[in-house]
Amino acid sequence: MHDHAVTLSCKGVWKLFGENCEAFLAKKTGIPSQKDVQNAGLIGAVQNASFDIHQGEIFIIMGLSGSGKSTLVRCLTKLIEPSAGSVLFNGEDLLAMPEKELIDVRRHKMGMVFQHFALLPHLTVLDNVAFPLAIQGIKRAQREARALEVIELVGLAGRETYYPRELSGGQQQRVGIARSLAVEPEIWFLDEPFSALDPLIRREMQDEFLRLQNVLHKTIVFITHDFDEAIRLADRIAIMQDGAIVQIGSPEELILKPATNYVAEFTQQIPREKVLTAKSIMTPISAGTLSPSSFNKTVKSETRIQSFAADVVHDTQDIGVVNADGELIGTLTPGKVIDVLVSGNPAL
Amino acid sequence: MLGILLYYFSAQLPEQFAWLIKYPKSWTIPLKYWISDFMKWLIQDLDFGLFTFKEFTRSIAWLLEWPLRFASALLSEGFTFSSDPKAPVLVQRLPWVAVTAIFTLIAYRVNGWKLAILVGSCFLYLAIFGQWESAMVTLSSIVIAVPFGVFIGMLFGILGFRHKNFEMAMMPVLDLMQTVPVFAYLVPVLFLFGFGPVAAMIATMIYATPPMVRLTLLALKQVPAELVEYGRMAGCTNKQLLWKVQIPSARAGLMVGVNQVIMLSLNMVIIASMIGAGGLGYDVLASLRRLAIGAGLEAGVAITLLAIALDRLSQAFVQRDTTSFHPEDVHFLIRHRYLVTAIAGLLIVWIAGHFLPAVNHYPEAMQLTTGEFWSDLVKWLNINYFDQFEAVKTFLLLNFMIPIKRFLLAVPWVVIVAMVALLGYQLGGWRLSVLTALLSLFIAVTGQWQKAMVTIYLCGVSVLFATGIGVPLGMWAALNKKVYRVVKVIIDTLQTLPSFVYLIPVVMLFRVGDFAAMLAIIVYSLAPAVRYTIHGITQVPEDLVEASKAIGCTKLQILRRVQIPIALPEIMLGVNQTIMMALSMLVITALVGTRDLGQEVYIALTKADTGRGIVAGLAVAFIAIIADRLIGAWAKRKKQQLGMEHV
Repeated sequence: MHDHAVTLSCKGVWKLFGENCEAFLAKKTGIPSQKDVQNAGLIGAVQNASFDIHQGEIFIIMGLSGSGKSTLVRCLTKLIEPSAGSVLFNGEDLLAMPEKELIDVRRHKMGMVFQHFALLPHLTVLDNVAFPLAIQGIKRAQREARALEVIELVGLAGRETYYPRELSGGQQQRVGIARSLAVEPEIWFLDEPFSALDPLIRREMQDEFLRLQNVLHKTIVFITHDFDEAIRLADRIAIMQDGAIVQIGSPEELILKPATNYVAEFTQQIPREKVLTAKSIMTPISAGTLSPSSFNKTVKSETRIQSFAADVVHDTQDIGVVNADGELIGTLTPGKVIDVLVSGNPAL
Repeated sequence: MLGILLYYFSAQLPEQFAWLIKYPKSWTIPLKYWISDFMKWLIQDLDFGLFTFKEFTRSIAWLLEWPLRFASALLSEGFTFSSDPKAPVLVQRLPWVAVTAIFTLIAYRVNGWKLAILVGSCFLYLAIFGQWESAMVTLSSIVIAVPFGVFIGMLFGILGFRHKNFEMAMMPVLDLMQTVPVFAYLVPVLFLFGFGPVAAMIATMIYATPPMVRLTLLALKQVPAELVEYGRMAGCTNKQLLWKVQIPSARAGLMVGVNQVIMLSLNMVIIASMIGAGGLGYDVLASLRRLAIGAGLEAGVAITLLAIALDRLSQAFVQRDTTSFHPEDVHFLIRHRYLVTAIAGLLIVWIAGHFLPAVNHYPEAMQLTTGEFWSDLVKWLNINYFDQFEAVKTFLLLNFMIPIKRFLLAVPWVVIVAMVALLGYQLGGWRLSVLTALLSLFIAVTGQWQKAMVTIYLCGVSVLFATGIGVPLGMWAALNKKVYRVVKVIIDTLQTLPSFVYLIPVVMLFRVGDFAAMLAIIVYSLAPAVRYTIHGITQVPEDLVEASKAIGCTKLQILRRVQIPIALPEIMLGVNQTIMMALSMLVITALVGTRDLGQEVYIALTKADTGRGIVAGLAVAFIAIIADRLIGAWAKRKKQQLGMEHV
């Protein structure tokens, strides 16, 4: 992912609540600690958040309630004015942007999905989905044609004339998703989109989300409090605690090298085979020294253990690991796979 | 206790301290003359250069006259297309058949046949009992006053919503507008706009607008934050956000406001008959003056039915579901079949009205009147039960009402001001203390102490009775479903009745005077005591009641030891509302001969004496505000103690 261009860059973003927060930030040189903030009588909803989100990436911000994740995503979209820092969208600072340009960016380049759907109660499904286009002044026939396309895409064809309250929660969120996609945004914000749904529906919607992303390849900022969901969907995860980002990494990195005990607590419960790839437990060999044909079985290095474990645990022979170009880059004993499955700890 | 002590103490005071007991006349600030002079200056001398103030008010009146004339031509008089009132009618008004049918059809469309029958019968009553003409005069005022009221209310509500400072400035004005008695509105309006339907309509609009402002603000504030965020993310400009996201989403709340405007307009348009609104209100007023009970009662029932029909209809609009239409219905004529049928029918009936008098005017031969019957009934009651009625009345007057009145009049004013200030300090700190002291001082300084005490006496006695009846009734209803159903119907009806209507039966049976006034006030102000008590008791957490049951409390013990203590703050808010309603009714009972601030306003109205009316009106408003703030502070403290402030 890192070879893609940076779409959204967040640099030293702060959001403080309380009196004199500007004065506090101006006075401080360097990065104030959690203690400094508390001593100044302020609440640090977001503290010095910095990260880059690359084009086509699913970037998940994970944290429990009160960790500041919702505030952070609102800083990224400038729904809330951050106390300090900058947010660069395609290299342009959103925070310094005049109101008119910001409206333009939101109209054409951003889409957002909300936890409680935020559908307009007085409009039908069709009008809700066409709403962002109507705001731009696009003619009825044209915007309705586009709305029908996205409604079809999210699998709600035939419900165009329904009102939101006539739909189930899952269906309402599909409308929310369709609506946010109607303008073909470059960056797609999803604020706990599935948290208000029942577990079964949530799972179904996650699959639907992955299916859509396979077609659309959007740059995505996804907020959740559910670590399982984050693991399932993310390319990279940022974990937030008390307003600060404690670690950013791929699911695998978080599990293998948790930066703090807090992160470790989250990762403990996660079955390793769901996250770890063949690459992370193989014994590496220099590429090209052995031919893949010398092994009965080979797996790709980025494959998660879960998807090949059942095939190999009864084998006695080693398994070859190949990279994307088909070159052999490592070997794997069935014992190592079994270790992951049984103890949850890869013997590294 | 303190009051009584000081009272006896003050009786011993030497002559030079007499000012402590009775506020000296020579200290009175002639505020009412200042106001009157100011109003005179406004009308006679104020000149903006291009036009004078008088021209300004007259042009407002002129502007409003046109829609009102149109509505009244449409509903009651017919179109003459001429300024000469005696010119022949060229296009007939809407026939009674058509008006009844339109309202019935709307009711059916909005809420089904049950509401249609209710609304239809209300309008039929108007026709059959000969109330049609007056009712249409009243309705035409309503039809114009309500949209204006809603528009202005929404405008101010939106401004307050957009500009925090504007809201802050507006709130105290709204508080005052909602506590000043209705009659007090009439005086300056009469002075500025003259006597007649337009002035009455302006008074109606001023009176009915404040709740719309409040409800607009509330509805807009209650739009979920996510929806507003969505609107901004979709790239709405501020204007788009307001009109396309916030206002449509606040629709239900706004409709509640519209309902309020309708009900208050109806109430006011009846009272405004005193400055020339005509219609049903005038009929009631005239029959009250003539003591023609039957006629007054029929007109009163007509007002009530009109109120019920409009109330239920607008409430149905609030609750209406917009359901999806289905693609096969897309043909215009089919989708709008009700509208098309209605317009076609309307045109046919309207045209028929030009040729068939029975369609246009409900035939007099078929009219019924029960006026005789009611007059006879009252006569019969008075002949046979006069002694009993009189005995009750005399007993209560002699043993209860008059002693309280004497006591209040005898307590030195300084003591009462001090007590009010002390109470304020204890309940809400020094700010509340200063407020209540200043407000009560105002009453003394403007020379209205005596009348204010009579007001407090009459209000206090009525509230005592209303609470004594209302709170137990509310408890009973809260604990018993069957009782609840009956009580709810009664309370709902009581709350839709315009205040004028209450005067009719009490005057019938008890003639004019304090006692009749008290009865009217009790009935009028009963509803909130019952309603808040029911709410207070039913909101006691179920698990608390269950826990008490498990401990082995009897029903009575649960009520006494668990439910009442927890519901008490809520019940007190009900009492507060009862006081507010009692004060507003009190002023209206001046019509049946009380001697308090209400009478002062009423006299001011008949003499078009603006200063006198406004000062007395403010005094009533200040009594209301003192009571409201004190009780509010008490209830807030109590709720905090119970840890339910967040509820």
